[in-house]
Amino acid sequence: MRTVFKTSYDADINYFRHGAQATWYMLLLAIALILPFLMGTFWIGEMTNMLIWAIAGMGLMILVGQTGQASLGHAAFLAIGCYANVLLQLKLGLPFLLSFPLAGVIAGLAGALIAMPMTKLHGIYLAIGTLAISILTDDLIVIAEPLTNGVVGLFAPTIDILGLQFDRYATPDRFYWMVLFVAVAVVLVYRNILRSPLGRAFAAVRDSEVSAQAMGVNVARTKALSFGISTAITGLAGALMGHFAGIFNNETFNIIISIQLLLMIVIGGLGSIHGAFFGAIVVALLPQAIAISRDLISGFVGGGTVAIPGLESAIFGAMLIGFILFEPMGIYGRWLKIRTYFELFPFYRKDMFRRQKSYLKTERMR
Amino acid sequence: MSLLEIDNVTLRFGGVVAVNQVSFSVEEGEVFALVGPNGAGKSTVFNLISRIYEPVEGDIRFDGDSLLRHPPHDIAKLGIARTFQNIELFEQATVLQNLLVGRHRHRKSNFISELLFTPSVREGERRHRAAVEKVIDFLDLQAYRDKYIAGLPYGVRKVVEMGRALAIEPRLLLLDEPASGLSVEETQDVAFWIEDIKKQMGVTVLMVEHDMHLVSAVSDRVLALADGKVLSLGTAQEVQNDPKVIEAYIGGSDEPEREVA
Amino acid sequence: MDVLQLFVSGLANGCVYGLIALGFVLIYKATEAVNFAQGDFMMLGAFITLGLTNDQFWGLPFWVSVPIAIACMGAFGYLLDMLVLRRMFGQSQVAVVILTIALGFVLRFVAGVIWGHQPVSLESPIAGKDVRFGGLVLGLDEVTIIIVTVILTVLLYFYFNRTKLGVAMQAASQNQLAAYYMGIPVKRIHSLIWALAGAVAAVAGILFASKGSIDPSIGLLGIKAFAAAVIGGFGSLPGALLGGIIVGLIEPFASYYIAAGYSQIMPYLLLFLILVFRPHGILAQVHRKKV
Repeated sequence: MRTVFKTSYDADINYFRHGAQATWYMLLLAIALILPFLMGTFWIGEMTNMLIWAIAGMGLMILVGQTGQASLGHAAFLAIGCYANVLLQLKLGLPFLLSFPLAGVIAGLAGALIAMPMTKLHGIYLAIGTLAISILTDDLIVIAEPLTNGVVGLFAPTIDILGLQFDRYATPDRFYWMVLFVAVAVVLVYRNILRSPLGRAFAAVRDSEVSAQAMGVNVARTKALSFGISTAITGLAGALMGHFAGIFNNETFNIIISIQLLLMIVIGGLGSIHGAFFGAIVVALLPQAIAISRDLISGFVGGGTVAIPGLESAIFGAMLIGFILFEPMGIYGRWLKIRTYFELFPFYRKDMFRRQKSYLKTERMR
Repeated sequence: MSLLEIDNVTLRFGGVVAVNQVSFSVEEGEVFALVGPNGAGKSTVFNLISRIYEPVEGDIRFDGDSLLRHPPHDIAKLGIARTFQNIELFEQATVLQNLLVGRHRHRKSNFISELLFTPSVREGERRHRAAVEKVIDFLDLQAYRDKYIAGLPYGVRKVVEMGRALAIEPRLLLLDEPASGLSVEETQDVAFWIEDIKKQMGVTVLMVEHDMHLVSAVSDRVLALADGKVLSLGTAQEVQNDPKVIEAYIGGSDEPEREVA
Repeated sequence: MDVLQLFVSGLANGCVYGLIALGFVLIYKATEAVNFAQGDFMMLGAFITLGLTNDQFWGLPFWVSVPIAIACMGAFGYLLDMLVLRRMFGQSQVAVVILTIALGFVLRFVAGVIWGHQPVSLESPIAGKDVRFGGLVLGLDEVTIIIVTVILTVLLYFYFNRTKLGVAMQAASQNQLAAYYMGIPVKRIHSLIWALAGAVAAVAGILFASKGSIDPSIGLLGIKAFAAAVIGGFGSLPGALLGGIIVGLIEPFASYYIAAGYSQIMPYLLLFLILVFRPHGILAQVHRKKV
C-alpha cells in the first residue's frame, strides 16, 4: 500500500490522493473518449446505455449510500426528468441546452418536496413510502394523458445543440460523448459532495441521527436536500434515457425499474461512485452476456434459441443473493480486496476486511 | 448571570416522573458534576438540554436565552456540545470525518457552492482541518486520524467523541459518563483533559459521572439527584457526606432500580 | 344489493391481502426481517397446489394436495431461514429487504419454468359456485375465503397466547437476547416463524387461486399486501388483517364510484397519507430509541 506523505491540507481535499491515481483515472477517461473509434455502432449504444444507468445509479447512491435512506421509488424521478425534458422541448419549444438542466431541477424539486413529509420515516417504512410514489407516478402519467399522451407515449425529438445533431441512431458517437460528458460532470459533483460539509452531514445522518442533530445538523433539511440532489441527478439520467429510447410511456419507468436501480447499486457496492459504475456494467451488459452465452450453448448443443422469459432478472437476483451473502460490499468491495491482496503480497491477512457485526442494533427502536 | 440555568424543570414519561422540579445553575468557567444512582434522571437532564425531550414544566436558559424556543439542531450553534452515554459516533466514517462534522456549526458555505466546490469552500475546508488538527493534537489522536470508527477500541471511541464535541468549539460541554468503561489510566487522562478544557480553553463543563474519584478530582461543584429530584448541592466532599445522598445510594428506597434514560 | 356484493368481494380480496400481510408481520415481529418475497411465497403455494391438483400435471384430489402444498411451503420457509437468512443475522434490515426482493425474482423465474407463464386456473371445488342467502347471491369462493381467514386468525391467536411454543415465539419477538438467556432456542424459533409464514402464504395462495386464474407474476400482489401491512401497522397481527381488509374494500368501491384510472391509485394514496400523518400505521407498535 502506498503511503502518502501529506504536506498540506489540500492533500486530503483534492480529487486524487496521489499522482499515480490521477494518471490511472486520466487513462481511463482517455480510453472512454476514444472508445467510439474502437467499437461498432451496436456496442457504442450499449456503452451509452451503461453510462446512463451509471448516472441514475450515482443519483440513487447519494441517497442510499451516502445518506442511508433506501428508496424503492426512483423510477418516478427518472420519469419526471424524462417527461419534463421532452415536454419542455415539445410544448414550450425550449432547446435541449435549457430543457435538460431544467428537467434536473424539476426532478430535484419534486424529490425534495416529496421527501419533506417523509423525513421522519426510517428503513422499511421509507422503502414502502417511496415504493408507493413509484406506483402513483406510473398511474399519474396515465391520468395526465392530455399532457403525457398516456399509455401511447411520447417521442423524444433529436437533440440539437448549436446546430449539432445528437441522435442515438443517426450520430451514435456524438450521443455517446454527450452522455460521457454528463457522466463525468456528475462524478465531479459527487466527489465535491463527498469532500465538503454537505457530504459529511449526509454521512452523519446515515450513521446516527441523534448525534448529527447534536452537532448542529438539521436532520430533516439534510434528508430533503439529499433527496433533492439525488432525484435531480436521477432526473437527468431519465432525460437521457428518454432520448436514448426514442419513445417512452408510463411502462418505461415502472416499479420494476425502481427495484432494479436499487439492486444495481447494491451489486456494485453501496457507498462509492465505483459501485454505481460496476452495477451499471452488470445491468447494461447482462442481457448481452446472456444472449451471447445462449448462442454459444445452442451452437454446441444445436438446440433452438428460444428466449426464456424472466431469465435475466432471475440471474440478476441470484447474483444479488450471492453478493449479499458473501460480499455485502458488492463488486467494489471485492475489487478492493483483490487489489489489496496484490499490493500487500504475500502479507495479506484473511480478516483484514472483517466486518463489524452489530447484533443488538434493533431498527425497531427509532 | 449564570451560563446555564435549569429552572424548575419537570418531565414525565406517561405516569413516571423522570425529572421532578429540578433547578440548578452552572456558572461560566466551572466544572459541574451530576451524580446519583441509576435512574436518577441525570442523562434525562442532558437530553432536555439537547432538546431531545420537551419538558412539561419549567425553563432552560443558556446565557439568558430560553433553549425551549430553539429547535434541537440549534443547540450546537448556540455553543453547547455533548457526548453520549453509549457513544453515538458516525461508525462508517473516519476519525477525521467525525471531528469535521463537529465543525458543522462553523460552516459558512451553502450547498450550491459546495456542489461546485468553489475556492471559498476549499478555503473553509482548510480552516476546518486546521481547527480539527488542534483537537487531534490535544487528545493525542494522531495515530487514528484516518481509521474508521467501526474498527476502533472502546476507549479510543470515547476520546473521539469528546474530540468531536470539542471541535464544535463550545462554550458549554456536556459529558455523559466520560469515564465509564475506561481503565484507570484512561480515566486519569480524562481527568487531565477536563482540567485543560476548563483552564486552557475556558470551556464550562457539565458532566454526569459515577466515578467519584474523577468527580472529586475535577469538579468545582456537584449536584446529587435521586428519583428525579435534587438531593444535595455543594463541593464533592460536602455532597459525599450528605446523609440524604448516602441513604439514596445505600438503600432506603425499596423500589427496584430503574433506568430512565 | 350491489353494495353488499361489492362489500363481500372486497372483503374476500382483503382477506387474501390480509393473510399475505400476516406473513410479513409474523416474520417482522419475530426476526425484524422484512420478507419482500411473501407475495411470491403465496404464488409458489398456489402453484404447488395447482401442480398437484390439475389434471394436466399430477391430478391428485384437491383435499390431498392442499395439506401437501402447505407442508411444502412450511418446509421451504424453514429451510430458507436455516440456509440463507441465518447468515444475515446482524446485517441491516435493508440488506434483508434486497435479498428477499432478489429471491422473489428467482422464485418467479422458477415457477415460470415449471408451470409456464400463461394464466391457469386451479381446479378447486370451491371455484365458480354460488351460495344463496335469501335473495343474495354470493360466490362460494368468496365466502370460503372469509371463513377460512377467520378460522386461521382465531387459530393463530390461540397459538400465540396459549401454546408453549407460541408464547416462546412472542417472547423471542419482544427481546431476542432476553429470550435467548431464558433458554429459548431463538434460532430455531426464527426458522419456525419462517415456516409458519410459508404455510400461511400457501393458504393465501390456495384461496386466491380458487378465485381466478394465476400466473407467476401474481406475486407482485405482495406490494398491495405490503401497503396493507403498513396501513394496519407493521408489527401488529390484527393490524395486518385490518389493513388488508381496508385495502380490499377500497378497491371495489373506488372503481365503482370513481373514474377508472383514479380508482387504482386509491390504496397507494391511502398508504402515502398514512405514512405522512400516522407513520407507524393505525395500530402502531414503535418505541423511541434511547440515547
